[in-house]
Amino acid sequence: MAAVRSSPAELAQLREQVARAQRRQAEATVLPVLSALAGLLPEPGLRRGSVYAMPETATSLLLALLAGPSRAGSWCAVVGVPSLGAEAAEGFGVAIDRLALVAEPGRRWLAVVSALAEVVPVIGVRPGPGIRPADAARLSARLRDRGSVLLVAGSWPNAYAMLDMQDPSWSGLEQGHGLLRAREVTVTVTSRRSPVPRRARLELPGPEGAAAAVPGFASGRIDETPRIAAVAG
Amino acid sequence: MTATRSIVLEIPDWPVVAFLRANGESADAGEPIAVVHGNTVVSCSPAARAEGVDIGRRRRDAQARCPRLRIVPDDPARDQREFLPVVRAVEERAPGVQVIRPGLCALRARGPSRYYGGEGAAVHVLQEALAGLGLVDGLFTAEQAARRSGRDRLRVVAPDETAHFLAPLPVAALGDPELADLLVRLGVHTLGAFAVLAEDQVQERLGERGVRLRALAGGSDSRTVTPRVPPPELERGIVFEPPLEAAEQVAFAVRTTADAFIAAVDDAGLVCTEVRIELTDEEGHRSERVWLHPACFTAAELVDRVRWQLEGSSGSPLGDLSAPVARVRIAPEAVDAASRHQPGLFGRGSDERLHHALSRVQAMLGHRGVVTPAIGGGRWLAERQVHVPWGDRSPSSDLRALPWPGSLPAPLPTTVFPRPVAVQVRAADGGDIEVDDRGILSAAPAQLATGGPPAAIVAWAGPWPIREREWDAGRRRVAERFQVVDAQQNAWLLVRESGRWWAEGRYD
Repeated sequence: MAAVRSSPAELAQLREQVARAQRRQAEATVLPVLSALAGLLPEPGLRRGSVYAMPETATSLLLALLAGPSRAGSWCAVVGVPSLGAEAAEGFGVAIDRLALVAEPGRRWLAVVSALAEVVPVIGVRPGPGIRPADAARLSARLRDRGSVLLVAGSWPNAYAMLDMQDPSWSGLEQGHGLLRAREVTVTVTSRRSPVPRRARLELPGPEGAAAAVPGFASGRIDETPRIAAVAG
Repeated sequence: MTATRSIVLEIPDWPVVAFLRANGESADAGEPIAVVHGNTVVSCSPAARAEGVDIGRRRRDAQARCPRLRIVPDDPARDQREFLPVVRAVEERAPGVQVIRPGLCALRARGPSRYYGGEGAAVHVLQEALAGLGLVDGLFTAEQAARRSGRDRLRVVAPDETAHFLAPLPVAALGDPELADLLVRLGVHTLGAFAVLAEDQVQERLGERGVRLRALAGGSDSRTVTPRVPPPELERGIVFEPPLEAAEQVAFAVRTTADAFIAAVDDAGLVCTEVRIELTDEEGHRSERVWLHPACFTAAELVDRVRWQLEGSSGSPLGDLSAPVARVRIAPEAVDAASRHQPGLFGRGSDERLHHALSRVQAMLGHRGVVTPAIGGGRWLAERQVHVPWGDRSPSSDLRALPWPGSLPAPLPTTVFPRPVAVQVRAADGGDIEVDDRGILSAAPAQLATGGPPAAIVAWAGPWPIREREWDAGRRRVAERFQVVDAQQNAWLLVRESGRWWAEGRYD
């Protein structure tokens, strides 16, 4: 019998298949994201059961990340953001009829998030002050169990990936005339998976209110070397 | 065609009576009241009629005739709801009632007249509770008799007198204005004159409908009374003696009532999707509200609704009610066949799990704790986004489609402050900025302070005027909008209103 030689790519694919079969619910391991963001994240989507952290004021980034799963038909929830602009959310591509808002959970935000994590696949949260690492770990375990993604606008101990926005630059508005048209920002992603940060210049929001890649900007990846395949355990 | 002997009960000016009953007011004969729909009076009280207000009159006209007239909006649901106890009272004495419309119902004369020993006696029994009775041959004649019975309130038309009774009535009584108009122009003014026309001629000129109406005018009515099937008694109530003061106490005490309500609905093979909860306090004030459910209510969820209604929007422990709660009534508003709400055999739908999770959060934080956003109409961002509590029906989106001159184009602010945030905007020399009547700025905005040290403004545009409801002194708004980008490339949507600056939204 000839020895079967498998390339690392095939091996990774097989491993993924096995992992998928072993999950309690047979479902994809990532949730889709907008194409502009897909190249930035460690996987080509939001990894189920993980926590992504971003700055507290990065509402655009939060909405852009919610837009992908929402467009694909998932329900989304946003907790603790009473000032969320619903029309802007719609502009980013979030289906607002499948969006649940818990505007002011007060001190019980953690209980609310864990109740929602049972069912809602993507939850955006602006956390209240002072989350204890033990609580965060407990919530992470529940997220992994249910396969939900938590997008945190604020600080979070031990997040899977950290997103940051730098060098914003608005266009369209002049001295006394014009209209805000688009904002270019550099989005940087650092993750436990690939410690070397990845950067991309994005329009957040673009002229139509949605997220878009800046045309002409070089590929978002800084590390062009092939990634090491995930190993179970 | 033989007509069925019928009894018709009419309560005159029912919409007015229903309004008074719904508000628990006693009928004050002296107060002129008019129920108005679409600027036209649809019903009025006797006092209003005495002042010259009549049905079909325009509202202003009516008000001109009777300046102290009380105008009440029309509510068909209220009319129906209040008529039910009346129908029930009649049904207790004689079954088989047909509700023709609220305020008017009919029943076959045969049964009750045999039971009570004569038509007159039967009518007297029914009259004890109700006003305005007519008893004659056929539904149409009975209706006319009820309407025309006037002061003596009772009119029995003997079997052979039907045609005689109808003969002097005007043709307008047929309820077909087009035909009545035609007949009057042809010189036929009364039902008697219409009835003596030859049937074939009527058919030739007016068709089948004319023949039918001629038969009605002649006293032979083919319509029969179709008795309604009394619906199962589903509503449940509880009276607290002594009245309870705390919402938690009420919620605890109402649990058995909610169980009984759900059991009654269940026994009828139904589930309840919409429920009306009425709370009455010691002093007789009422708090009434309809609650919706995306699927169907369980007893625990009903108890939650009672508690939320008590807690209400105001901070007081009993919500809108000022005195301890004396009575709670739970009535179904909409029901559905239970067979359509059975859980599936294999697993439950994701929607149901979602509803379960969101309801849990709602139980933690209150009814308005979990909302779904919807976009409504308006020029201001905060006014455009409507937060619909989970389970409630979202408002229609018609308003959004209207043109709203002065609304913003995309991209829109991702942060919309529920209440505008006060900010300071100054000119380069630190002075205030004025906007004159022509929309010219006294100086270019140069510094923006949003709760911290001022930042330089690198780009700006405006003023974009918004003038709203200038005819309404209480709600008018005169403001100018600006878009501003500061030195840290933070973009703001600012509003200048009556000399002060506010941040309406932030592009972050």
